[in-house]
Order: sequence, then C-alpha cells, then structure tokens
Amino acid sequence: MNLPIDSVMLVLVVTNLLLLGLSQLRSCVHAVAVQGFALGLLPLLVRQSGGPTVWTLLVVLVTIGLKGVVFPKLLQEALRDADVRREKRPHVGYTMSMVMGFVALAGAAWLSSRLPAFSGSPSTLAAPVSFFMIFVGLFIILSRNHAVNQIVGYLVLENGIYVFGVVLLHELPLLVEMGVLLDAFAAVFVMGVAVYHINSEFDHVDVDQLDKLKG
Amino acid sequence: MTLFPIINFLLALVSAPLLLGVINKTKALFAGRRGQPVLQAYSDLWKLLHKGAVYSRTTTWVFRAGPVVGLACVLVAAALTPFGGAPALMGFSGDLLLLVYLFGVMRFFTVLAALDTGSAFEGMGASREVQFSALAEPAFLLGLAAVAHVTGSFSLSTMFPALDATDWSQAGPALLLVAAALFIVFLAENSRIPVDDPDTHLELTMIHEVMVLDHGGPDFAFILYGAALKLWVLGALLSGILLPVRTGFGVIDSAIAWAALVALAAAVGVVESSMARLRLLRVPRLLVGAVLLSGLAFVLLLR
Repeated sequence: MNLPIDSVMLVLVVTNLLLLGLSQLRSCVHAVAVQGFALGLLPLLVRQSGGPTVWTLLVVLVTIGLKGVVFPKLLQEALRDADVRREKRPHVGYTMSMVMGFVALAGAAWLSSRLPAFSGSPSTLAAPVSFFMIFVGLFIILSRNHAVNQIVGYLVLENGIYVFGVVLLHELPLLVEMGVLLDAFAAVFVMGVAVYHINSEFDHVDVDQLDKLKG
Repeated sequence: MTLFPIINFLLALVSAPLLLGVINKTKALFAGRRGQPVLQAYSDLWKLLHKGAVYSRTTTWVFRAGPVVGLACVLVAAALTPFGGAPALMGFSGDLLLLVYLFGVMRFFTVLAALDTGSAFEGMGASREVQFSALAEPAFLLGLAAVAHVTGSFSLSTMFPALDATDWSQAGPALLLVAAALFIVFLAENSRIPVDDPDTHLELTMIHEVMVLDHGGPDFAFILYGAALKLWVLGALLSGILLPVRTGFGVIDSAIAWAALVALAAAVGVVESSMARLRLLRVPRLLVGAVLLSGLAFVLLLR
C-alpha cells in the first residue's frame, strides 16, 4: 500500500459519499472543492522518482486552481443567483443515494478486479476509486434535479477520469492534460452561464420542469 | 502483569462517572459558566441511592427488572473490555459479538421497562431508540470486524492489545475510517448531541431521557451509573483504536489510556458545545453514513 496516495483516494471516496448524502447545495460545492484539492495533489505523489518536474508542478497548480478554486467559485456564484439552498425533491432519497454509493463502490471493486492488472500502478485503490467516481458522477446527474447539482455530477465524472489518467497511465502528455482541463473549464463556464440564464428566464433551475416552451 | 485486568476493571468502575463530569465541565467552559463540579455525578448517584423508589401500580416486574438487567449487562461488557494494552478481565474468541449484543439486551430491557409504564411519551422514545440503534449496531459490528481483520483475532482481549503503530502505518486509512464510524456510534449509543440531547427535557425531542422518566431513586441511580459505564466501555474501545501506545509498562499504558478517555470526554463536550442536535429525520442519514464508513474500511482491508 502506498500511504499518501491511498489517503488521497480515501478523501475522494469520502467526499463522494458526502455528495450523495448532503442536501445543502452549498455543502455539495464545498465537497467538490475539497475533492478538487485532493485530486490536484495526485501528480506530485505519483511521480516520486527524481523529484517533481516543472511541468508536473504546473499541472498540479492548474488543476488545484481550476478544480479547487475556480469551479467552486463559479458554482457558488450560480447558487447565489439562483437563490436555492437545497434540492427540492431528488428522484432518489439521500439515505438511499448513500447506500447506492456503497453498492457502486462494491461494483467498482469487482469491475477493477476483472480488468487486467495495470503494470506499475502505484496504488491498488486507484482503479476502483476512479470507476466509483465515474459511477457516482453519472448517478448524481441522473438522480438530481437542480442544475447546479448536475454540474457537480459532471465534475465528479471528470475527476474520476482524471484519477484514472494520472495514476494508472502515469505518462499522460502534458498537452493532453491541459486540453482536458481546458475542456472542463469551458464546460463548467458554459453551464454556469446557462444556469444563470435559465434562472433569470424561468425563475427556477429545476431541470425536470424545463420541458415547457416559453415565448 | 496478571493484576492489570483487575485494576483496570476497578478503575472503570470507579472513574466512569467522572467522564460525565468532564463533559459537563467542558460544556460549561464553552458557555462561559462555572458549571457543576466535576464530581457532581458521584453526588447524584449517592443522593439517588439513599432515596426510596416509587412504582406505579400499572407497572409489572418488567419495569423493576429494566435498570437491574441494564446495569448487569454493562458490568459484563466492562469486564470484556480491554484497557490500556492489557487484556480484559475475561475474554474468549468471538466476545466482540457478545459485547455488541450485551448492549442490545440492555437496550431491550430499557425499552421494555419504558413500554411497561404505558406512557405515550415513553413509547415514542422507545420507538426512536430502537430505530436509531438498529442503524448504529451494524456500524459498530462492521467496525469491530474490520479491527479483527487487521489484527487477525476475534477476541477483544487479544485484538486491542495487538494493535500498535505498525498497524497504523499499514492500514492507517482503514483504521481512521473505523475510528470515525465508532465515534458516531459512540455519540449515538450514549445519546450525546448530534443524535440526542442529554440536557433537554422537552418530550418531543428526547430519546433516551424520555424512556427513563418514570424511574426514580436507586433504579435511576442504576441507570445513570450504567450510562456512565457504557460511555466508558465505548470510549475505551475508541481510544484503544486511536491511541495504541505501548510503552511496555502496564501502569504507564493504563495512565495514557485513562488520559485519552478524559480527552475523549472533553472532545464530546466540544462537539456538544459547537453543534446543534440534528433533526430527527436526518439522524438515520448520519447513522447510515457511519455504517458506510465501517463498510468502506472493511472493503479497503479485504482488497
């Protein structure tokens, strides 16, 4: 077991469970921020041989800056504009969501045990955790109505793919990582703007009620 | 070396009510009051033991048996609990199940006694107590099972003394999760604040207090003392996981464990001063969270 990496993995899992169990949207955004911070540290922990290079540091800084600071700030802005504090009625209740999260974790562990072993992977937890995060992200997008929560789900999904890339394929070119981060930034930015416009147009951000035309 | 289990057991019997005093003192400190003396619980017990008991004519022997059985259960549980690196007074393979279900029997008789009074309030408290403990129990069992997996033994007396710093360096994240889950269980089982408020006497919000409203005199002393011992037992398990310091000298180990328990009581006081009680509807979510933390630790260890 690699203790620092496993601790980060643990933070990721616990923040995911929190996301499934918390009803306050503001706390959800905080949890995603913590997740972004923990995630950003991963490249530093993975590449220990020969010390971190300048590029690694750059990736770490940009990741933490975007996922730990900028995205949560954007989401908080959107929340403040929308003036909604909690999810009104999620499709799946919070306790049930947490139980589903546990099932997803077990499923992810099973799935990753079926995959051929990634040679040189520094942590045995990385594969199950990244699958788990992808499942949880999808689950949040499917089960929550509030638009901000859907962005949160998207971010979790993206974080899961990031974990997979950083820990398991630890030779991802810098250009690709930067491209992915830029894509995520553009997506969150566009969604934030969309939430703002939906809110000012419809007086709510409940995606289930967005099936009526408004002239 | 063979004396330590007995000494530790006596230490538990003598200083369990002190923990209640430490919690109250911490809360008073946070509120800027002087607060009751640290040894207040002893005076309360002394006063109650010298009173007579009043029994309603509608109650049966079940009502009288409740406090006695409760105290007996928790005394056995204390005898099963290892403390400060020394084994417990008695132990056998699988006694962790006995410990969990001793608390179950204690709760069952408290609930029966509450129902026996026929009071609507007490029935309500009993229903809540059973609902919450049904969720706390799996968290407790799974947590203990995870510790058993780390140490490779099924007896509390060999499990806890075997825990040491190397276990933390190897299975640190899992042990931390278990400790977090057990802390929630510790708060819920001892009816402390995020779950239940031991100070409030508003019938609509309390859980444990409402069940023992009709007990008085020595019976209530038994209940109070049983609650203090339960706090001690669960606290000893929790601090045994969090602070497995082994110096090789039994006296120092016991002293460190004792100090850890007092610190834990102070931490409970801090939690109680800085948090509000959760709404009743949200308590199950917290407890399911504890179950998940324990389960997560177990999954981590199994890999």
